[in-house]
Amino acid sequence: MTAAVAVKDKEVPVDEEGYLVNLADWNEDVANAMAADDSIVLTDNHWEVINFLREYYAEYQVAPAIRVLTKAIGKKLGPEKGNSKYLYELFPYGPAKQACRYAGLPKPTGCI
Amino acid sequence: MSDTQETEGKQRNVKRFMFLNRKAPYGTIYALESLEVVLIGAAFDQDVSLVFVDDGVYQLKKGQQSKGIGQKNFSPTYRALEDYDVEKLYVERESLEARGLTAEDLLVPARVLGAAELGALMEAQDVVLSF
Repeated sequence: MTAAVAVKDKEVPVDEEGYLVNLADWNEDVANAMAADDSIVLTDNHWEVINFLREYYAEYQVAPAIRVLTKAIGKKLGPEKGNSKYLYELFPYGPAKQACRYAGLPKPTGCI
Repeated sequence: MSDTQETEGKQRNVKRFMFLNRKAPYGTIYALESLEVVLIGAAFDQDVSLVFVDDGVYQLKKGQQSKGIGQKNFSPTYRALEDYDVEKLYVERESLEARGLTAEDLLVPARVLGAAELGALMEAQDVVLSF
């Protein structure tokens, strides 16, 4: 365990792929700090997806695979947001993987 | 139309996979591993069914409290299977009855089938994975 994200004056431990070690460490500052490390400024559109993922995880105890995320976002936020192009523009490193990381969730099950 | 779909199915090389779950949800890693394989495998668009027999029926039992053994309660994840287009869930009637359970005790909709019917279903699979 060596990696960590600097959040304000604190170091938050993450695994070798950048996911939080303790899911309880998450807050909005953690997400902003992770995004800043990727040179991304989180907008309302990002937060919509991040918050959706946190709600999904709270309900099902699993981070959704990309196909499931795309479909569920479409159902909740409309077809103009429920498509790969829109989600990849927000999260260029892979919407499920990157957004789950910012959301403080484990790496999605079913990410291949 | 259905003939056409069937032909397309064969061309896309869709196989029938059955995941056979026999063990209680906690105490071994089998139940969770099976569930994860199903979720990962869902990306491949195959014909997937899940069967719960013996102590495996407890995996779908409502009201699990896993805190006392320091394990995450993963039963809510069975409710996500629908999002992954995994909708064929079967529970063996004899296993339910032997444990004093009914379909009412299950946390997701599942078809209750007798051992003979399950046997026939198993016969029709391309792959049966036992956990």
